[in-house]
Amino acid sequence: MRVAVVTFPGSNGDYDALCAVRDGLGVHAELVWHTTTDLSDYDAVILPGGFSYGDYLRAGAIARFAPVMDAVRAAAAVGKPVLGICNGFQILTEAGLLPGALLRNVNRAFVCDWVWVRVETSRTPWTSTIPEGTVLRLPIAHGEGRYYADPATLAALERDRCVVFRYVDALGNVTEAANPNGSLGNIAGVCNAAGTVVGLMPHPERAYDALLGSASGLLILAAGLNVASARPVVVSGLEAGQ
Amino acid sequence: MTVTPEQLRAVALTQDEYERIVTLLGREPNQLELGMFGALWSEHCGYKHTRPLLKRLPTTGPGVVQGPGENAGAVELGEGLVVVLKIESHNHPSAVEPFQGAATGVGGIVRDIFTMGARPVALADSLRFGPLTDQRSRALFHGVVSGISWYGNCLGIPTVAGETTFLPEYRDNPLVNVMCVGIAQRQALVRARATGEGNLVVLVGADTGRDGLHGATFASVEDPAASHRGVVQVGNPFLEKLLLEACLEAQERGLVVAMQDLGAAGLTSACAETAARGGTGIEIDVLAVPRRETGMTPYEVMLSESQERMLAIVRPEHLEEALAVFRRWELHAAVIGRVTGDGRLRVREGDRVVADVPVELLTDACPTYVRPAAEAPEIIARRAFDLDALPDLARSPAADEVWLTPNDALLRLLGSANLGSRRLIYRTYDHTILTNTVVPPGAGDAAVLRIKGTSFGIALTTDCNPLYCQLDPFLGAQHAVAEAARNLSCVGAEPLAVTDCLNFGNPERPDVAYQLERAIEGMASACRALGVPVVSGNASLYNETAGRAIPPTPTIGMVGRVANIWRHARLAFRQGGVVLLLGPWTATLGASAFLATCHTITAGAPPELDLELERRVQAATRAAIADGLVWAAHDCSDGGIAVALAEACIAGEVGGDFDLAPLHEANGERVDRTLFGEAGSRVLLQVAPDNEATVTARLDAAGVPWLRLGIATGEHVVLRFGATIVVDLPLSLLRQTWEQALIPDEQDAAR
Repeated sequence: MRVAVVTFPGSNGDYDALCAVRDGLGVHAELVWHTTTDLSDYDAVILPGGFSYGDYLRAGAIARFAPVMDAVRAAAAVGKPVLGICNGFQILTEAGLLPGALLRNVNRAFVCDWVWVRVETSRTPWTSTIPEGTVLRLPIAHGEGRYYADPATLAALERDRCVVFRYVDALGNVTEAANPNGSLGNIAGVCNAAGTVVGLMPHPERAYDALLGSASGLLILAAGLNVASARPVVVSGLEAGQ
Repeated sequence: MTVTPEQLRAVALTQDEYERIVTLLGREPNQLELGMFGALWSEHCGYKHTRPLLKRLPTTGPGVVQGPGENAGAVELGEGLVVVLKIESHNHPSAVEPFQGAATGVGGIVRDIFTMGARPVALADSLRFGPLTDQRSRALFHGVVSGISWYGNCLGIPTVAGETTFLPEYRDNPLVNVMCVGIAQRQALVRARATGEGNLVVLVGADTGRDGLHGATFASVEDPAASHRGVVQVGNPFLEKLLLEACLEAQERGLVVAMQDLGAAGLTSACAETAARGGTGIEIDVLAVPRRETGMTPYEVMLSESQERMLAIVRPEHLEEALAVFRRWELHAAVIGRVTGDGRLRVREGDRVVADVPVELLTDACPTYVRPAAEAPEIIARRAFDLDALPDLARSPAADEVWLTPNDALLRLLGSANLGSRRLIYRTYDHTILTNTVVPPGAGDAAVLRIKGTSFGIALTTDCNPLYCQLDPFLGAQHAVAEAARNLSCVGAEPLAVTDCLNFGNPERPDVAYQLERAIEGMASACRALGVPVVSGNASLYNETAGRAIPPTPTIGMVGRVANIWRHARLAFRQGGVVLLLGPWTATLGASAFLATCHTITAGAPPELDLELERRVQAATRAAIADGLVWAAHDCSDGGIAVALAEACIAGEVGGDFDLAPLHEANGERVDRTLFGEAGSRVLLQVAPDNEATVTARLDAAGVPWLRLGIATGEHVVLRFGATIVVDLPLSLLRQTWEQALIPDEQDAAR
């Protein structure tokens, strides 16, 4: 199996995503340049965090025009698992591959912290092996992470079970205090209608080793790659919430 | 050319210095040459006042791979790896434009690290401002923190450590010291030495504009806000990220002979310094320099401080491959000159030579000054302040006949801007990126990072107590070194090396000259005693406004090595653990946070420091952590033992019952001195009950004085002298007070 991690100019989470997949799961991953036009050799695609093109204008607004995005669209069209993390999530919404938008955090400041997120659906590849209601501990680090969609879109998201992750407290309750950026409905991550494209603001790739405070991000990566691969991807010695 | 006093003032050179230039050059310099001398002979580039003193610092050691003189120092880590470190000030720009000043400070120090072929892995900031109650200081504070957050986060380098102090003396001259640490293969270290006649000089990165002309000079005069508005540069972290990746790739592929970033004094400094280090000359053509503005003169091109630029020395046969790397990262790169063998810096504008100066005149011939030094009588008087004349705190919280109870004093200290939680600051810095952060900010006395692919890690910290330095610069600087090392030891790291940032006032004044000399002597003696060499550093002088200087602030950045990354310690107490105090029992209120916060007095002598005891305490702490015997470790410094205990309890979300009776006796039965008095060489160690006997036996064997204080448990923090309870506060109140120290009150928010 081969996993593509896309490097845009200004990506800075690309190497972390590579390490998490390679060192955390023992799966082969490669950095793929933003000018690449063909991803058909890869089984899954990760758009990493960072500040693509400096996030000038608006986060993800320029990256969506990168040549690689047509290839990402093609990968999504054939149902390959696509994961957008942080800036990758912003790019996917700008590219129209995911609904909604990410706005400036409600307190207008960058926030780096650890949060709890609840898995809302197991219907996506990236949550396929995680029971619904599981609470995961993940880091966040973003200035523009407030999920927004118009009321009709929001209603459709809820109806079609496209909300994948929600910010919750340690016990799994949706509370205002648990929402780090003012996201509507405490939404931390969403998917497309088919469920194959998932975007989230928290960083599963930064939680791949207990030494770093949590390894529960591996559950998300392993689930997606499990679907992408013929062979099962195993996370050893790990319980949810660790 | 006849030089006028105005022309000399514009380049901040004295008449004597001008005459020295004429003598050495054998002719009068032209205007461009004069500008180049002005920049390189500025305090910022030439270290006129610090060079003679810096020779006193220990700079060698078995692990030192690169000492001072390069863009950054480097120390051996093991397995062929080195850690590269450097700290730098960006005080003057930050005073004028806090956001961009701090941001470009981050950019500059990060370039110093990747210039060496090292991947930057961590940032730390040492910041000083006026009180938050002052509107201007609050604006500077927010501007600086936002600037660091913007630039560092975008670059993707975690900001994991640092310190922030608020004192009235920094109101007009805030300090922004930024430290960067990188990791490199020892064999792959790149030096900034232009060697090989005929090799090409390539300028990479941003185009050159008129921004930042004379920034080096501006950083070397008093009252920058009044005289040099508009010279602050504007940062572009996105471009820096591309430059970082492109340079590391070019270095890794062996395509560069040398690399030098463009910082203060721009091209002039970069060319002169690389040629001087390489023992060569450089000839460049300003017409070949890509520009972002039209009509720029050679003077403007040579002295521009446009950010995000790098000079690379490239062999002709590697040029095409090197340019291809830079093109792939969408960077401009242009050949602007070549290395020569004649030892001269020659600047052409097309066919016309517009400057031609021997390199060594610009660098080595810079005059140095040893100014007459004398301590200010006012400081001598303040140091002699009679601390015993102060009224003591109440003996117990119930006895409210005295001016302040111990409970009130503890809450006041924990809620003070200098001792309260820093979460509000570090939450805006990305500290988890690069997936190496093992002990994040706030969790331990120093940050701990793993090194991927190895079983070891590094720790880093910055420290300096300006109250101590103000009242006794020698002792204060010793404490800064000792505390930095102690913070590293408290996470289980063996101190490896120091990078220092000397922030002082105008060295032409005897009292400042005294502070400078004594602080450097103090640093030198402590570094020797603790076996930690100084491998890089920076000096920022003239930090004063209207004749009022900042307190001497020799910031110590220190890096250590954690041999087994799984064997580190944090400061949070755990339920049921036994708490021991290591180190001296006697403390002093002199120069203490208690005196400054509760009495609004900065007086008395700072605590004495026994460096041999310090060494033993730290070694014992590290050994206990390395052997897995420690649940928590915390340095006991600002605010004394009461504050240190409260901090460890808050972090661990557990209360405790601690008996300080022997300390009370040792401190003349003064409550304030016992609870809040400060001393060097003190560490709180928490161990599992089962390990208590083992640890105390080892402490006895190592000759480390210790005292069993009690057990962490419950939901109250109780401090007692035997049967007498002197402090009893709910943990929730302590936590709340501490957490809200930096949160603006409603009145501030409304402004």
